[in-house]
Order: sequence, then structure tokens, then C-alpha cells
Amino acid sequence: MERKLTNDLVIERIKGQFGSDILSVETPYDLITMEVSSNKMHEIVDWLKKDETLKIAFLTNLGGVHYPEQKGREFAIVYHLQSMMNNFRIRLKAYVPIENPEIDSLVDIYVGANWMERETYDFYGIIFKGHPNLTRILNEDSMDYFPMRKEYRLEDETREDKDDTFFGR
Amino acid sequence: MGKIEDLEVFNGEGYQLSRLDKVIAAARANSVWPLPFATSCCGIEYMGSMGSNYDVARFGMERMSFSPRQADLLIVAGTISKKLAPILKQVYEQMSEPKWVLSVGACASSGGIFDTYSVLQGIDRVIPVDVYVPGCPPRPEQIIDGIMKIHELVKHEGMRNRYSDEYKAKLHKYNIEIDGKKIDK
Amino acid sequence: MSTWEEEKIHDGGIYESSLDTIDGSIATLNLGPTHPATHGIFQNVLKVDGEKILSSEQTIGYIHRAFEKIAERRPYYQLTTLTDRLNYCSSPINNIGYLMTVEKLIGIEIPKRAQYMRVIIMELARISDHLVCNAVIGVDTGALTGFTYLFQQREKIYDLFEEVCGARLTTNIGRIGGFERDFSPAFHEKLKAFLKDFPTVFNEFDTLLSRNRIFMDRTRGAGPISAERALEYSFTGPNLRAAGVDYDVRVMEPYCSYEDFDFDVPVGTTGDTYDRFQVRQEEIRQSLRIIHQAYDKLPEGDYKADVPEFYLPPKEEVYNNMEALIFHFKIVMGETPIPVGEVYHCVEGGNGELGFYLISDGGRSPYRLQYRRPCFIYYQAYPEMITGSSISDAVLTLSSMNVIAGELDA
Repeated sequence: MERKLTNDLVIERIKGQFGSDILSVETPYDLITMEVSSNKMHEIVDWLKKDETLKIAFLTNLGGVHYPEQKGREFAIVYHLQSMMNNFRIRLKAYVPIENPEIDSLVDIYVGANWMERETYDFYGIIFKGHPNLTRILNEDSMDYFPMRKEYRLEDETREDKDDTFFGR
Repeated sequence: MGKIEDLEVFNGEGYQLSRLDKVIAAARANSVWPLPFATSCCGIEYMGSMGSNYDVARFGMERMSFSPRQADLLIVAGTISKKLAPILKQVYEQMSEPKWVLSVGACASSGGIFDTYSVLQGIDRVIPVDVYVPGCPPRPEQIIDGIMKIHELVKHEGMRNRYSDEYKAKLHKYNIEIDGKKIDK
Repeated sequence: MSTWEEEKIHDGGIYESSLDTIDGSIATLNLGPTHPATHGIFQNVLKVDGEKILSSEQTIGYIHRAFEKIAERRPYYQLTTLTDRLNYCSSPINNIGYLMTVEKLIGIEIPKRAQYMRVIIMELARISDHLVCNAVIGVDTGALTGFTYLFQQREKIYDLFEEVCGARLTTNIGRIGGFERDFSPAFHEKLKAFLKDFPTVFNEFDTLLSRNRIFMDRTRGAGPISAERALEYSFTGPNLRAAGVDYDVRVMEPYCSYEDFDFDVPVGTTGDTYDRFQVRQEEIRQSLRIIHQAYDKLPEGDYKADVPEFYLPPKEEVYNNMEALIFHFKIVMGETPIPVGEVYHCVEGGNGELGFYLISDGGRSPYRLQYRRPCFIYYQAYPEMITGSSISDAVLTLSSMNVIAGELDA
């Protein structure tokens, strides 16, 4: 299917509406990647859903990334959205610092964001404000650390019967 | 398979004479009712062994019992995570004697390729296991080979094995209660 | 959902209805993690009034194996074995999806023959996945015969996979750049035999269930969902198509030469269990159509791309040629020149849009590999689909949604 929207058109339109909140725009592998300030993410996603030209009304994916070296911007929350009517995809990113990892939840716009945000919280500890039930979903409730952060190892720390010298860790 | 060696039967007029433990062993080995505790990919291979190509119905095992009280053999096929381990232990405790455990696949036997913070490295950390079937996933023929080894164990079970001190010591190691008496940890 | 109830969303995932109960008592029923009805390990705590379900609370994560953390440790070529275990009923689709993501990141083109071979393997995997789902819907309604017939046909598909890669279920098919070997003559024989024999058995299964009065009464109206709600929940795949939205990644963003083939996308109307069953039945027929086209038009050419930095050179060259030796060493050690970047690629898996979001920092393993798992995303809608229906309908809805535990928890 051919695409009715082009990357430049979409970038123009979003920048026209939200000019100063778009911190950077790139197009790696022909997919618009916009960095947005974290307190404006909710508004932008809501506008994208309601806008008549763009109709970007489907949340494909939501995830987090941990960059321990970037001070002040340790966590990136990446949203992949797409427009089924126009066959168009877009990626939005927001960075939050590790001391205060909070961002608004998208549950009131897309119901499907519920579990995706819980998973991101479970793995990284990012707090989504306004989420109805932000608890662990995949790991046990008694777990006291966030396993996907880079400082934690893959293996179980409490295991005593494996000798690391043989396993090359 | 189900044939019991040296099972001698003396037939008379309206009666049959044989050894009780041999007859019970024959009955048990040919009608093991499994409890398929299938979690992941090994479960699909187990389902394949239930199909018509690798039929387990010829061993008398087509009646899958999902109720622990009515099952003889607990087939654990698939990865067991730490979140699921208490449930596995509960299911094992609910099974009535005599019972056997078959661990199918690398994940159930030792954690498999998943040496991570969330996977239990082998179910023998929580319940006693009788036969291990390695593979990722094992072919249905391998699962049937494991089942036949279980049949060997069933045939030589005897009547009093469950009350022996050896068995009590084994369960004590896993903190499993026997006869309603809870083991103090 | 019935119209004579008032639904209110309470506590994010627990749907409660303010309905008057029959005698004022509400029972809690645990459709617990190990249950014959739930084909997989997930827990649903239901509040029921008699047989009618008032609310449902879900717990998942009983088979969480930390795939995303493992992916940050292993080199790129070892991750294919990990993707097998996501949706283990159709592992080749996961493998090839991951390999296409890495190839998109590197920027290499696969020859046409390898692309057609990939299409044949992926469609066989899709047939295999839908056969499991439909057989299990039959078993849950009490029709056990369909299961035995269809699983025998699945064994033939397993034979085909074994010819290509050596394994039946967790296939690890393909390499970065194509396949490890061409299709053997035995594969051609077996594929021709399969294409000749399978439609007869499949039509027999169809006559057993499709227009069966009992089956239709059981499944029509069980667990419906409207197209708007399905889109809100980010449904994809057969579940979304049964609700009425014709979204198929193979058509919207064709990958791997799917644009060369002519096939239809089946769409349902109400999104209930009967529609999901029929959508999957029709998709099996369309997959057979694609395999016929791909096999008849299989072009001559190479089964792999010419990328010695990523694809292991043949052993004769490694022992005789210096460059081949160096490439072999570098690939096995993981010192491949993967560029820095981030890419998102999706394929149409058995359950919907299976996406891979890969961030690379030029090192041996990915910096972040996130799997967009369709089962995880659409299983959230289950409480809404079953509220107001009876427990037996809830069981059927669950099996018709084809929730695979490996893909749910990763």
C-alpha cells in the first residue's frame, strides 16, 4: 500500500502545532523519531489521535531504555505509534532523570497502554502518573529491585552452586 | 512395557492364584494417569506425543487427569519460574500416594538455557523427581522413553515402599508434609 | 457484553458490574495458573454470581524468562534461538522476523530465492499455529476428533521443518543473510506430498465444525469485542480481523516479497469466538495459496546474501583461505561490524504484529532489544470480553484468542 503522508509533511504539521516542545527530529531507517519533553508527551499523543490529517490513532509499542552514562536523562521512554488509515508510523521519545522518573500515563487515551506501562515500571522503575494500578506484572511482587537496569546482572545473585571461573562471567 | 516378568498365574476351577504385588504392579504400570503440568514449548511436544503419530494411549495414558487427587504421574514439561514454584509444590503435595514425577525438557530438569533471575534452576529444588528427560524440546519418542522408565519404577514399587524410612527422609529434605503432619522448617 | 448492565472500570483491569445478583452472594472462582481450560500458565480470579461472571482479575508472569535481559548479553547470531521460544507454535516466523530486523539494521538485501524460501517457511509456520488454535477450540467444545486429525498433519509440517533446519519445534531457522543450506530434494518431495494431501484432511475437519449446529450455538456470541474497543486495546492479527478491521502487516507494509503474491485477508464482523475460528480457517487456506504461488515461481539463485562479515563462510574456504579464516573468527567471537542505530521492524506473526525494537551501540550484543508481543497486548482485553457471560463462554473465549504463554510473559 502506498503512503499518503510523507515524513516531511508530518514533521511540518507537528512542528507547526508544538514548535518549541519538539527537542529533536531524526529519521533513522526512514522512521520519524522525535524527542519530546516529558511533560508534553500526553498532550502531543492526544493531539495526534484527534488531528484530522494525521489520524495517528494506534499505539503499537511502549518501552523503556536505560542509559546510565547520560546524566539527567537516564531513562528513555519510547512510544511507537501508527496510523492505520494513512499507513504511517512515528516514534516519540521522552527522557526522564533517574532521581525523578515520572511521566504522565497514556491510559486515558489508549486503554492498551495499561499493561505496557506496568511492564516498563516493572523493568525500570519508571512511574506513570495517573495509572490506575501501577504494580509489578511479570516479576514477583516481592522483588525489590528493577531488573532491566544496567547495573544488575542477568543471573540470580543468590545462587551459590555455579562457579564463575568455568562460565566466563 | 506392560508385561511383568515372572508373573505366574495358577488357574483353577473358579479361582486364580498369583502374587498380589505382581498383579498390582501390572495394573499400576498399564494405567498410569498423568497430570500434564505443561508450561511452555515442551508442552506442545507432549501434546504431539498424545496425537496419533506417537500415541501414548497404547500405554493406558490417554486419560489426562488435571485433578491432582486422581493422578499418578506428574509430568512437568516446560520452564518453571520462581513465581510458579510454590504452585508446583502445592500440586505435588495434593497428589495422593503413590506418585511419581517426570521432568521433561532441559528447563524443568536444570533451568535449561535460561540462567536468569526469574527461572527456577531445576524443579528438583522444590520436589523430588524420579526421571529426567533432557532435550530442548525432547522429541516425543524421548518423552515416551522417559515414560517407559517410569513404568519400570512403577512395576518394582512394591506395597510398602511408601512407608519406608528412606522415602520419609527424601520428603523431609523437601519440607513436604507426610500424612498430614507438617514438617517443622 | 449485555446491554442491561452498567459497567464501570475499577482499579485498572478489574471490571466490576453493578448488577443485582440472584441471591446477593458473589463467589470467587480461581481459574488458576494450572488449569486444563487455560492453555498456558496464567491466572484469572473470577467473581461469579451463579454462572455469570461479574469481574475478573488477571495475574501473569508465571513463565517470565527475562528474554529482554538475555538479549543484552548474547551476540546477535545467538539470539535466534531465543526468539524461537516466544510463540513456540510458529517459531520460524519469530526467527525470520528477528533476522529481518538485524538485516534492516545492517542494510543488506537478501536474494529473491532466499526471500521466497522464507515466505514458504513462514506460511507453513502460520498454518501450524492456526491448526493448534482451531484444534484446541474444538477440544474445548468437546469435539476431540478434530485434534487427532489436525495434529497428524502438524507432524507433516514438523517433517518439513526438520528437513530444513534439523529441529521440529524450536527451529532456529535461517542466518543473517539467508539460509544455512538450500532446500534438499527430500524437502521438495515432502512439500509436494503435503500440498496434495493436506487440503483433503483440512476440509474434513472443516465439515466437522464449521456448519455444525452445536458448535455454532456454543461459539456464536461468546466473547465479542467491537472494532473500536479492539483498536483502543491495540489488537492486531486474527483477533482484530475477526472484529472487522482488515489490518495485515503483509499487506500494509510488505516485507520479504509478499507484494509478489496474490492473497485475500479474511475479515469477520462481530469479533466473537465463531468469527475468530472462521478467520483462522480462512487464513490457513490463504496461506496454502501463497505457498502454492511461491513454490511454483521459486526463482533460481543463491540461498544467501554475499555478506562475509556476517554469514559464516563455507568450511573448505576457512581451512584454505586467509580472509575466510579471519571472517570466521570474527563472526564467532562476535566482532561483527554492526552499525550504531535503532530500528523497528515488524512481521505478521501467528497472533498479530510481532515487532522487534533493536537499539545497537556497535557492540557484540544489542544495547536494547524489545519484543512487541501481540499476545501480551491483547490479553488485557480479556476481562472486558467475558464480563456478563458464563464460565463456559469464558473458557472458549480464552482458547479462541490463542494466548501463548511464552509470548505473553517473555
